[in-house]
Amino acid sequence: MEFKDYYKIMGVERSATQDDIKRAYRQLARKYHPDVSKEADAEARFKELGEAYEALKDPEKRAAYDRLGANWKGGQEFRPPPDWNEGFEFSGGGFTGGGMGGDGADYSEFFEQLFGRATQSRGASHGPFRGGAGHAHGTDRHAKVLIDLEDAYQGATRMIVLHVPETDAQGHVALREQKLNVTIPRGVRAGQNIRLTGQGAPGIGQGKAGDLYLEIEFRPHPHYRVDQRDVMLDLPLAPWEAALGASVTVPTPNGSVDLKIPAGSAPGAKLRLKGRGIPAASASGVAGDFYVVLQIALPPANDEAAQAVYSDMAKQFPGFNPRAKLGVSS
Amino acid sequence: MNMQSGIEGVILEELTELTLADVCRACTAHAESIIELVDEGIITPQGDAPQRWVFTGVHLRRARVVLRLQSDLGVNRAGAALAVQLLEEIDALRTRVRALEDR
Repeated sequence: MEFKDYYKIMGVERSATQDDIKRAYRQLARKYHPDVSKEADAEARFKELGEAYEALKDPEKRAAYDRLGANWKGGQEFRPPPDWNEGFEFSGGGFTGGGMGGDGADYSEFFEQLFGRATQSRGASHGPFRGGAGHAHGTDRHAKVLIDLEDAYQGATRMIVLHVPETDAQGHVALREQKLNVTIPRGVRAGQNIRLTGQGAPGIGQGKAGDLYLEIEFRPHPHYRVDQRDVMLDLPLAPWEAALGASVTVPTPNGSVDLKIPAGSAPGAKLRLKGRGIPAASASGVAGDFYVVLQIALPPANDEAAQAVYSDMAKQFPGFNPRAKLGVSS
Repeated sequence: MNMQSGIEGVILEELTELTLADVCRACTAHAESIIELVDEGIITPQGDAPQRWVFTGVHLRRARVVLRLQSDLGVNRAGAALAVQLLEEIDALRTRVRALEDR
């Protein structure tokens, strides 16, 4: 079992006052709260913080923890001495509100060896628990899923790997990998959450299992940009295509389309392909649009023939001043 | 395990026509705390009385975050509401920044 340095986790000295500890908890909780933080390991940090606070905010638990001595380092192999808690009275963790998982089963093996399991069979992570005594809803679980933009167009099946804390017959808590095969619904957008009913932690007693929430994120795409349900593509054109008009083939996430470029198109102009953004997720929903943003690509002038063409163009457009709007003459 | 069909879920934000009971169940909260969120203007269901309120998935998501911030960070309801509003603004700005950086 690994020793946990609760003072280090909370970033306070061993001599910190109870007020210091509370202040440190509040500050770090705001920083690592999974709803607020964009840090990748926010959920794990927040859980660890909740556990450290649970141990240190209670003067009796803290005194017992302090008696283990100041020489332990976080991560060191640890076994509590037989009489370490002599004269102290405590049992399990109470409610700190710490940890997305929230209930006692989420504390580390280290915590539970020292202070025992949670005393309350609290229900779902947040808010009061429902149901009669001894029955409670299981904890909701949260995870992020990275999908491709194309998955949102077509729908997809994805294997999700979750790390679930589990208690064995000896009462040891270990993280178990749980694989779930999940259908990603067509029309889902970045930032949305998919709710899988009953796939959270099991309930206590006759309580129902919690739900699993999957937050969708798109893997960055080399060509497409996504804004809510609209999808954008920068489309390079040859100068003559923009000037004279053309019919070009444009890729979209659900297949290429032929697009007519009007004569005299300017760079930056947007052409809209209605309904070709992310499709509607439900019958009453609205599909997004696909925007083609025009750009002009210049052929290189790297041989004499090409240079002659550019010089000829300059002669053909003697009055053309691309900087006219800037108020300079040439 | 069957690789062809996975577990079906619902997109939370696309849900429509949720009742007060649905929201309570999904937030694991008492009706009183949801009613307080409505009174504060944090979520704005259609309908003129709690029994006839109709919520959307966006309301549900916001309610869950506000309740979590309240219980985990010790902020009061108005503070949590302000945080959620700012978080939503940050999300919108992040999306725009990413779009500009990609160009």
